[in-house]
Amino acid sequence: MRRTLLQTRSEVSLVVRNGEQLLLTLVIPVMLLVFFSVVDVLPSGTQEPVDFLLPGIVALAVMSTAMVSLGIATGFERTYTVLKRLGATPLTRGELVTAKMLSVTAVEVLQLAILVPLGLLLGWRTGSGSAVLALPAVLLGTAAFSGIGLSLAGTLRGEINLAAQNGLYLVLLLLGGMVIPMSSLPGPLRAVCEYLPSSALADVLRDSLTGTGNRPGVSWVVLAVWAVLAPVTAARTFRWH
Amino acid sequence: MNTVTSMNGTNGVVVENLTVRYGDTVAVDGASFTAPVGEVTAVLGPNGAGKTSTIEVCEGYRTAQAGHVSVLGLDPVTGHREIAPRMGVMLQSGGVYPGARVRDVIAHFCALHDRGMDAGTLVDRVGLSHRAGSTWRRLSGGEQQRVSLALALAARPDVAFLDEPTSGVDVDGRDIIRGIARDLAADGCTVVLASHELAEAERVADNVVMFRAGKVMAHGPLGTVLMQRPVVRFSSVTGIDTIALSAHLGHGVNPRGDGDYEVECAGTPHVVASLTSWLSERSHPLRSLDAGRENLEDAYRRITGGDR
Repeated sequence: MRRTLLQTRSEVSLVVRNGEQLLLTLVIPVMLLVFFSVVDVLPSGTQEPVDFLLPGIVALAVMSTAMVSLGIATGFERTYTVLKRLGATPLTRGELVTAKMLSVTAVEVLQLAILVPLGLLLGWRTGSGSAVLALPAVLLGTAAFSGIGLSLAGTLRGEINLAAQNGLYLVLLLLGGMVIPMSSLPGPLRAVCEYLPSSALADVLRDSLTGTGNRPGVSWVVLAVWAVLAPVTAARTFRWH
Repeated sequence: MNTVTSMNGTNGVVVENLTVRYGDTVAVDGASFTAPVGEVTAVLGPNGAGKTSTIEVCEGYRTAQAGHVSVLGLDPVTGHREIAPRMGVMLQSGGVYPGARVRDVIAHFCALHDRGMDAGTLVDRVGLSHRAGSTWRRLSGGEQQRVSLALALAARPDVAFLDEPTSGVDVDGRDIIRGIARDLAADGCTVVLASHELAEAERVADNVVMFRAGKVMAHGPLGTVLMQRPVVRFSSVTGIDTIALSAHLGHGVNPRGDGDYEVECAGTPHVVASLTSWLSERSHPLRSLDAGRENLEDAYRRITGGDR
């Protein structure tokens, strides 16, 4: 446990001191939330923009931290043989993975501590949903996105992994129902995109936080499947060095 | 320092008939050698000779296709949890996140070990006190090597694997690294050092293991691997009259290129005096003179039958 906490502190310290990571995990979600809440250009229907946006931005924050930030950092750790070097210490693989999960959780708590009060300041009000379900939704989303991020990080070289994570981030940001409503997508594209982990997470968060989910039952199943398949894929394909 | 009772006699590392393959390529081909406790064993050979593959099997990073390896009396893979707290590893390069500060990364590795060294002492020991606040990416290549060495020392190791420790390091840094390797051995650590720099290895090693194309061509104490040869080597200018010199000395003289020569006889005071007077009479310089033992580079050429 002592080594796990030491490693967690080291991981969090590297994230907090890395400007690019902070841009990704905090600055972009905050900017998107503030801008599109104040400038009403999104086709959010009769909803207040912030009521539509906040659950999606929370989903974006989870994706940023669990997939992109974790995936890029881990990919470079492979490239720089950091993982190999740690492998020669008493720190076990289990302790290292646990430390990374705790580090992701710590950053997500920080994100929520900033985004939720900011949403309230911008006028966000909870709806008829069951807010307590947001917690398992975030946990499932974290598992799913961590699995995707580590699957890429564990198989691709550093720079290719960096490009892949950023490219996937952009695709899921635009097509994953987090900022742009799924109803705005063309029919065939929408039919596919509803099965993305980002769409599922944004939908269940919308349902739990504001009671405005599209098809929450299906989305919970989709999210749960991603939360199992992605980490299993990562565990099977990950190359440590 | 832990006792060595669990080890195979007095050897901290035992490699027997080790074979490592990458697909159809044989990187290590039936290698066998031992590394005694409390001594520095240099694993030598050119790039691609099989040194790093062998060391990676010893470190537990890689599994062998055949053969047996024992580190501190344990299998490096199945016994990794027992070996890791007692093992120091210096990778050939990298191993540190570029944004990590020197003092932070060394302190972190010291803390990961239950009996780890004091981080401040370790930063001083590798001569990086003035760079403790710098990030890894801002260090010179030699300074990065010293940080890597510090990480290997963090465990107060009973066995240390140092892969090309002096590569890219300046003269002062080499002195520090050699001193640390000698101190580790003096404290009872089994030090295994991989290097392609033979002159550097000769200055620090008690034992050598010579690799060529995946095979161990020779291994043992440095003194037994280097032959006591009846030869006098000297360096002067190119093109001296070797026929006249042979006649003067009464022994054959062979040019070795670049102004280097070998006289086929034992280096007695009489031969040395005759040689130096002959050179002096003709105003030829004497840049170096070595009578007796061959050096490691010559031994490598002799044993492996080729250039290093």
